[in-house]
Amino acid sequence: MPFKYFGKINFTPYTKVDKFADYLQKGKLMGTQCKKCGEKYFPPRADCIKCLNDTFEWLEYSGKGTLHSYTKIYAAPKGFEDIAPYTLGVVDLEEGGRLISWIKDIPDNEIKIGMPVKVVPRIFEETEEIKLYYTIGKP
Amino acid sequence: MRVGIVGIGHGKFGNRSDATVQELAFEPFKQAIEDCKNLRRKDIDALVVGSVPEYHMQRSLPGVVAEYVGMNPKSTWLTEAACASGSAAIRTAYMAIKSGMHDIVAVIGVQKMRELSTEEILALMGRVGDVQWESIFGTTFPGYYALYANRHMHQFGTTKEQIAQVAVKNHYYGAMNPNAFFQKEVTIERVLNSDDVAYPLKVFDCCANADGAACIIMTNEDLAKKYTDTPIWFEGLGSASAQMSVLRRPNLVEIPSAVEAAKQAYKQANVKPSDIQVAEVHDCFTIAEIMAYEDIGLCPKGKGGKFIEEKQSYIGGKTPVNVDGGLKAKGHPVGATGVSMTTEIVKQLRGDAGKRQVSGAEIGLMHNVGGIGQYTFVHILRR
Repeated sequence: MPFKYFGKINFTPYTKVDKFADYLQKGKLMGTQCKKCGEKYFPPRADCIKCLNDTFEWLEYSGKGTLHSYTKIYAAPKGFEDIAPYTLGVVDLEEGGRLISWIKDIPDNEIKIGMPVKVVPRIFEETEEIKLYYTIGKP
Repeated sequence: MRVGIVGIGHGKFGNRSDATVQELAFEPFKQAIEDCKNLRRKDIDALVVGSVPEYHMQRSLPGVVAEYVGMNPKSTWLTEAACASGSAAIRTAYMAIKSGMHDIVAVIGVQKMRELSTEEILALMGRVGDVQWESIFGTTFPGYYALYANRHMHQFGTTKEQIAQVAVKNHYYGAMNPNAFFQKEVTIERVLNSDDVAYPLKVFDCCANADGAACIIMTNEDLAKKYTDTPIWFEGLGSASAQMSVLRRPNLVEIPSAVEAAKQAYKQANVKPSDIQVAEVHDCFTIAEIMAYEDIGLCPKGKGGKFIEEKQSYIGGKTPVNVDGGLKAKGHPVGATGVSMTTEIVKQLRGDAGKRQVSGAEIGLMHNVGGIGQYTFVHILRR
């Protein structure tokens, strides 16, 4: 599963961490871990910021986390007008690291910074092309 | 040897569909030369252009600007640091003069953001964050600052009303600035009731894309007196970077590059935040000005909302901020902004700011942020 299928619009089809898309299709949210110093990364990185080592292994993330911040986008960029307005959340993941994605199935008035959330891998079903992503929902 | 500013120029900011990029650049360049006494164009050794290239049809801008303003065959180059490109240009000019490589350097910050179609701008704006892990979900510029705003409100109890007060202040002063895009005051009700952009930010919380240019002429201490009676000196220059991705930032309530750049500038200038008598800060969004108060130490962390509510950033308050209208009222031609801020501080320290003069100002500060905080430059100037 090439990385170009990750995201509603993908801008980076080539990356050293392209297996992320493979795992996501199988319903797994994966980060990376430096083989030398053990530093964990989400989003995944091939090269370690801390020790400059360039070997890593994949590590499964539970998807559990806490909502760090959020916003509701009304003025959308090109390619996202059809889904606006949409709510974006930033999640502090339980295993460390953060991600940003759409908040799904939590009503606006229930969204609170600090609330526990769960990140779920998904596949766009309404489009012909395969597109992989993940959403933020209640645990 | 000190480095100072001997001439300034500032074009009209706004919708400049009447001019090309190089024609925009010409306006403040001519003014800046005429602002000096006895400066001939041929005395200038180099031209540094601060601009963000992807907005223009014309590639490799310094080439065309140097030709149009008649600087050939002098040295010219471009600096890019997103919305802080103008300040990055000033920093390289400072280095060139300080090293002795050049004696007199012109810096032009210029941007024509309205050259591309709305369609193309929307596509560009969709790629402001980390394109691998963030832009694929439809993040936007206001969206990132909205993430800061919601977190700041959550952590410190900052209110939407306090945030909106920044727009009210900056439009109040913008109404006195003939170069500003918007020269009209706004009420807090108008700000709070404007259209949603990215919750909690509304249209009036956001600066406008604009076209425009500004210019300064810099030189060393030996030559400065020859060209002006009122040189304004660079006392401290801070520059720092921070993570491009908000996913790797230590927190979302400050711009770490701004905190670091301010620290460097204060140290070099040997002054404290309380010594600053007038400041220009990067208010690309209203919340950005509140974070700036805190990041450069005008008030304690978390107290930025209170600072504007108590009118401490108005003339007569603790530290007047953006009394030229800020990016909010002037518009934000990204490459021009850092140079524009610098011209305002120079006017203030010369005592030439007219109706919006901060009386007796001797020390001023400018704070220019690139992108969503990837770069910050903080310059402290003194009369």
